[in-house]
Amino acid sequence: MVAVLLRMKLTLVVNGFRRSVWQTVGFALAALYALFVVGLVAVCMIALSFLDADEARDVLVVGGSVVVLGWWLLPLLSFGLDSTLDPRRFQLFPIPRRALVVGLALAGMVGVAGAATLLSALSTALAWWDTPLALVAALVGAVLGVAVCAVGSRALAALIAPLMEWRRFREVAAVVVIVPVIMLAPMASQVVDRLDDPSSWLPRTADVLAWTPLGAPWSLSGDVAEGAWALAGAHLLVSVATVGLLLVVWDAALTRSLVRPPSRGPVARGQGYGWFERLPATRAGAVAARCLTYWQRDPRYAGSVAFLPFIPVPFIVFGGLEGNTSLLLMGPIVAYVLGFAISADLAYDNTAFWLHVSSGVQGAADRWGRVLAVSILAVPTILLLGVGGVWASGDWEQLVAVVGASLGVLMVSLGASSLLSARYLYPVQKPGEGLFAQPQGSTTAILVGQTIGVLAVGLLAAPTLVAFTVSLLTGALWASALTLVLGIASGVVVLVIGVRMGGAVVDRRGPEILQQMAAWA
Amino acid sequence: MPTPDVPRAHPDPAAAVSIRNLCKSFGEKLAVGGLSLDIPVGSFYGIVGPNGAGKTTTLSMATGLLRPDRGEVSIHGVDVWRRPYEAKQLLGVLPDGLRLFDRLTGAQLIAYAGELRGLDRDTVRARTADLLAALGLTEAADTLVVDYSAGMTKKVALASALVHAPRVIVLDEPFESVDPISAAGIRELLTGFVQTGGTVVVSSHVMDLVQRMCSHVAVIARGLLLASGTVDEVREGESLEDRFVQLVGGPQATGGLSWLQSS
Repeated sequence: MVAVLLRMKLTLVVNGFRRSVWQTVGFALAALYALFVVGLVAVCMIALSFLDADEARDVLVVGGSVVVLGWWLLPLLSFGLDSTLDPRRFQLFPIPRRALVVGLALAGMVGVAGAATLLSALSTALAWWDTPLALVAALVGAVLGVAVCAVGSRALAALIAPLMEWRRFREVAAVVVIVPVIMLAPMASQVVDRLDDPSSWLPRTADVLAWTPLGAPWSLSGDVAEGAWALAGAHLLVSVATVGLLLVVWDAALTRSLVRPPSRGPVARGQGYGWFERLPATRAGAVAARCLTYWQRDPRYAGSVAFLPFIPVPFIVFGGLEGNTSLLLMGPIVAYVLGFAISADLAYDNTAFWLHVSSGVQGAADRWGRVLAVSILAVPTILLLGVGGVWASGDWEQLVAVVGASLGVLMVSLGASSLLSARYLYPVQKPGEGLFAQPQGSTTAILVGQTIGVLAVGLLAAPTLVAFTVSLLTGALWASALTLVLGIASGVVVLVIGVRMGGAVVDRRGPEILQQMAAWA
Repeated sequence: MPTPDVPRAHPDPAAAVSIRNLCKSFGEKLAVGGLSLDIPVGSFYGIVGPNGAGKTTTLSMATGLLRPDRGEVSIHGVDVWRRPYEAKQLLGVLPDGLRLFDRLTGAQLIAYAGELRGLDRDTVRARTADLLAALGLTEAADTLVVDYSAGMTKKVALASALVHAPRVIVLDEPFESVDPISAAGIRELLTGFVQTGGTVVVSSHVMDLVQRMCSHVAVIARGLLLASGTVDEVREGESLEDRFVQLVGGPQATGGLSWLQSS
């Protein structure tokens, strides 16, 4: 039965290729990348073999712990990504529980990430090529470590499964987890700078981690190499006990999920007509009200809004607060990002767009509505960031230039998006999916879309940006004023033309756009 | 048996929906092959056919959601594909298998549909309240559509198709996953609409329902029209279900599962 489950998962992976060429290309790229990572790990391991045994052990324990932690946190981020192995799908089959427990845990490792983890773990043996006993211990540790990854990820996923059925919880969890993770990157580089001598913290960290489920399996080989047999035995015990305990937890959670009926959790309620009350009852106004409601309630939009308060963090972390002129760039950068946020707006509607086609909404009204919605959000944000940046940097004479450049870039970006979202469609996360669900086989399409966008906005906003740069460099008043004039003028022109052209595309190709999106489902 | 009239070349402006020679293929596969049909004003018209017969494709082309390869469709004499804006004002559509803007509440979704049609705010508010009440959704007016049951979702989609008071309502599988009580409510609403001179087109698998509810019926299979006319003309004294099975081509052979006998 375990073999049947594994074969099924493998068949699913292979069948994925039949669905589209892009999926195969995506898989090949992912596999190449994974192979590269595995190779890198192997090279590092050989390098480690020339270090002292205790140093090699410290690196292995800390590195291994990070990998295990990653596998454990994965289910929190990737809800809805791979439900093919959802235990509830096996509810109706008379499969022995033990086979299901082992089979599903192993099947979770079938795939690029699983294979890369297993190969990397086994390659730790290379660090001990000159010490046969440690080499054997490394292989044992690798198997145990991968088991901790596989079973742990399954057990945690099953434990949080009841919560994940609550739509709200899922949506909030993904954002709550990811925002600190993303903010961690700039923070971490600062922290690492201060700890640039790893010997000061690595051994202590490794010693602690080696006693936890995260690090114990990776410590075995080092212990053996140093001849610390008692320590090796103790760490082996921790590892085996971890796998055993996780299996028990996973088994219990699985058993419960097999007999528990699905629950939907509390239902969400809105109050009255919301944005529809506040915006004019025209077609464009209605579209704007609908989009604003989505910016608020749909995790795909709300997730990106949740980032806004954190935008200044990396600027401040890298450049400090007072006199930091890089803060002056915040306004225009955020203006570009927010303006470009509607460049896939039609794709986000997915087939719900039929309502627009069926109602005979003019394309221009559809475009203006979307522009209006994001403007209500974006204009206060970029003005706040612009003024805040000027205040922090102390360059008050740049205020006019910053405001001009920000508004100019926003309008150019909105205009380009209005045309792009109608003309160039690619699959995005479906309604109901999280911000971080990967749409199938569209990485290349997204990349192309983003590139077109950056080039178009950069080109059309070039006059404004040149004036802005001159203003920043010279501090000349005329350059500042010129930035404002050029920004507003070129922005209005590009926005109006973008909306008109995009609207014409929607008018002409509405049904084709709808059918193209229906084909993704 | 009433054979379809030899179709005239052009749509009949007197019909509520007039379809001429409609064709659509997806790649190699022919979905609809030259279908012609007139749906008279004031009829309750059922479209029946097996799975994959081309019902949804035909209705999508008739309502402006899918561009036909060839052929013409007119609604009360207005060509759907040449004058889409005018034609769509006359049409209310409930498609099958397409999403809704389900992050809106029920009331917001209906109001959105109304405002997209260009109705003023007071009219939209009044009609939204009426529709919610008529379809038994008042309690759920402030619940997000994403949290609705399948039946409630159908009902709110139907409400958004009715809010602009269309003259022709086209519904693709409106009774699927709707409970019997709600279905009776919807049927009553549609029958009332027909009595006041409106035209309703529904597609369905449920022959019994079509026989009881509809005045006219068209049988479609493999993208072709097999029969059309009033329900009594088409069923020729038999039950619609039996007639349908004859027309479409007999029940599939299901013998041979001897091990499935429970005794």
